[in-house]
Amino acid sequence: MQGYRLEPSGLEQVFEKLKSQSYEIIGPKLKDDAIVYDRLTRVKDLPIGLTDEQGPGYYRLKKRNDDAYFGYVLGPQSVKHYLHPPVFSLWQAKRTEDGFAIPKERESAPRYAFIGVRACELNAILIQDKVFLDSDYQDPVYLERRKNAFILAVNCTQAAPTCFCSSLGTGPKVEAGFDLLLTELINETEHYFVLETGSEKGQVFVKDVNLPAASEAELEAAQNRVKATEEQISKKLPTEGIKDLLYASYEHPHWDEIAERCLSCGNCTMVCPTCFCTTVDDVTSLTGDTAERVRRWDSCFTSDFSYIHGGSVRPSSKSRYRQWMTHKLASWQDQFGSLGCVGCGRCISWCPVGIDITAELEVFRQERGQSESN
Amino acid sequence: MEPLHSTSQVPMLPMQPEPYRIERVHKDTGDTFTLELKPAAGNAGFAFKPGQFNMLYVFGVGEIPISISGDPEDTASLIHTTREVGTVTRAMRALKQADVLGIRGPFGSSWPVLEAKDQDIVLVAGGIGLAPLRPALYHVMNHRSDYGKVVLLYGARTPEDILYKKELAQWRSKFDLDVFVTVDRATGNWQGNVGFVTQLIKRAPFEARNTTAMICGPEVMMRFTAQELIKRGVAKEQVFVSMERNMKCGIGLCGHCQYGPHFICKDGPVFSYAEIAWLLNLWEV
Repeated sequence: MQGYRLEPSGLEQVFEKLKSQSYEIIGPKLKDDAIVYDRLTRVKDLPIGLTDEQGPGYYRLKKRNDDAYFGYVLGPQSVKHYLHPPVFSLWQAKRTEDGFAIPKERESAPRYAFIGVRACELNAILIQDKVFLDSDYQDPVYLERRKNAFILAVNCTQAAPTCFCSSLGTGPKVEAGFDLLLTELINETEHYFVLETGSEKGQVFVKDVNLPAASEAELEAAQNRVKATEEQISKKLPTEGIKDLLYASYEHPHWDEIAERCLSCGNCTMVCPTCFCTTVDDVTSLTGDTAERVRRWDSCFTSDFSYIHGGSVRPSSKSRYRQWMTHKLASWQDQFGSLGCVGCGRCISWCPVGIDITAELEVFRQERGQSESN
Repeated sequence: MEPLHSTSQVPMLPMQPEPYRIERVHKDTGDTFTLELKPAAGNAGFAFKPGQFNMLYVFGVGEIPISISGDPEDTASLIHTTREVGTVTRAMRALKQADVLGIRGPFGSSWPVLEAKDQDIVLVAGGIGLAPLRPALYHVMNHRSDYGKVVLLYGARTPEDILYKKELAQWRSKFDLDVFVTVDRATGNWQGNVGFVTQLIKRAPFEARNTTAMICGPEVMMRFTAQELIKRGVAKEQVFVSMERNMKCGIGLCGHCQYGPHFICKDGPVFSYAEIAWLLNLWEV
């Protein structure tokens, strides 16, 4: 492992350099009592000295007793908000003599530099790459934003009780898919970062900043920090045989039991960093001369989602939760070759009634006599 | 520093509909109509495979998936038969000759007409399900000597709901095509079969062991038809159905048309019964 030592004051330099390369900096910021991804103009915009407490249906911020820049686990949003925007105008059409015409030229995609991306979120990006780019038809909106993106990842230095990335091999250590990686280290005497590069873009970036190499002790401290984080993770999602288990459980009575709690609100799909479903609204101007197609995130928990003439294919909450969970853990494997879950735990924290996907899965597993929990 | 572009080079196709002009509107039954379309600009033909679909856009109203129901070898015009069931189809029905529609496509899998060479062909249609099957029948009749016996079994709700009446009469008069039509409920002076289309399978003239069957209709009709065909000895891998789900994009990105592990828009709409039998027997998938 190779790395550099970056002082907190050096972060400002990183920000300035990103700005000079025409990047729009997107990073963690305090907003509405949560840490969300937002536009940052300076290092002080980071949620300095804040941390989060999470549990099923529970998310609260509190003060830390240090000035950590990345001392929280995860907010409700992921970078999906920027790579796969929640609302996007796909095209505008004008009425013409030939019916209608759609201008072929569009505004160019923004150049985002994402700050503070965690291992689970990076893996979610890699999963969405398969959904949007590894397909017969690529999504041009995602493609452009993804190509432009600069990713400054951060190793998790603490875990929440909702985290289960270690079961899925998606964290807490950042392994691939980043340009730069920071590990934040704070002890009695020092506060610094170990900075690693993960791409050519990242290497070129660091060259000009002129940073000292990190010492062996500093590199080791960084590694130990991530190991300690991994040890904090207690939640598990055993993946062995998970596809067959869920495919065999379509008619299991436990779906009814979940449906008694599930509100079909769709929060889990909105906070999930891999959920990709969208719908479109076709709208016109008042005069009817121009029309527009607006794409927006959709959720398999709405009744409209599966509507065909005659009614919704999935009228019950039971069938919608079943669709969501079976998609995440089983059919996603057939479609894209991996799970659709990275173990970030957002669906647990942000479920208003605290439904825990790992606990529900365990019920199916127990009843199949396949429990692997010690 | 990477250069900045003021405009994007990545095309939004295939997300943008192309304008097509309505050449002809034909009212088929009380609630179904057929549109004959040509590109509004240029004379490019429209090539497709039997069983594929297009996304049809009514300016400012919305977009829906509709199967293509013309002859795949006649690429000069594009034919869609549609039933009025919702906002978009209602607006579509109000369109007249020379009006313009948006088209994206063709998308999806197709009926296995090439793979079925030298076999008997059984087409089973329920209601508007005859429309997506018609291109397969055209193909088979265009290449009649490539196939064994050819049978069309068609069930409609009432005699008034029978689609493509003129053509059915022509097909019935052919000696190399067996057509059986049944209605759920007889009205007027109907003198033909009464009953479900599944009841026609037992006595239809085909060699079950050497047959490819293609079914399109309501899900429950396809399930029972497939079971009946299999009972008669048709291999389940040789039975094909065309599935329908909500669709927004048609290109595998919006997630709406998921059916178990399948995306109906790109893995379907045509599936072999063997692939999806396990899902057809489940509720609310």
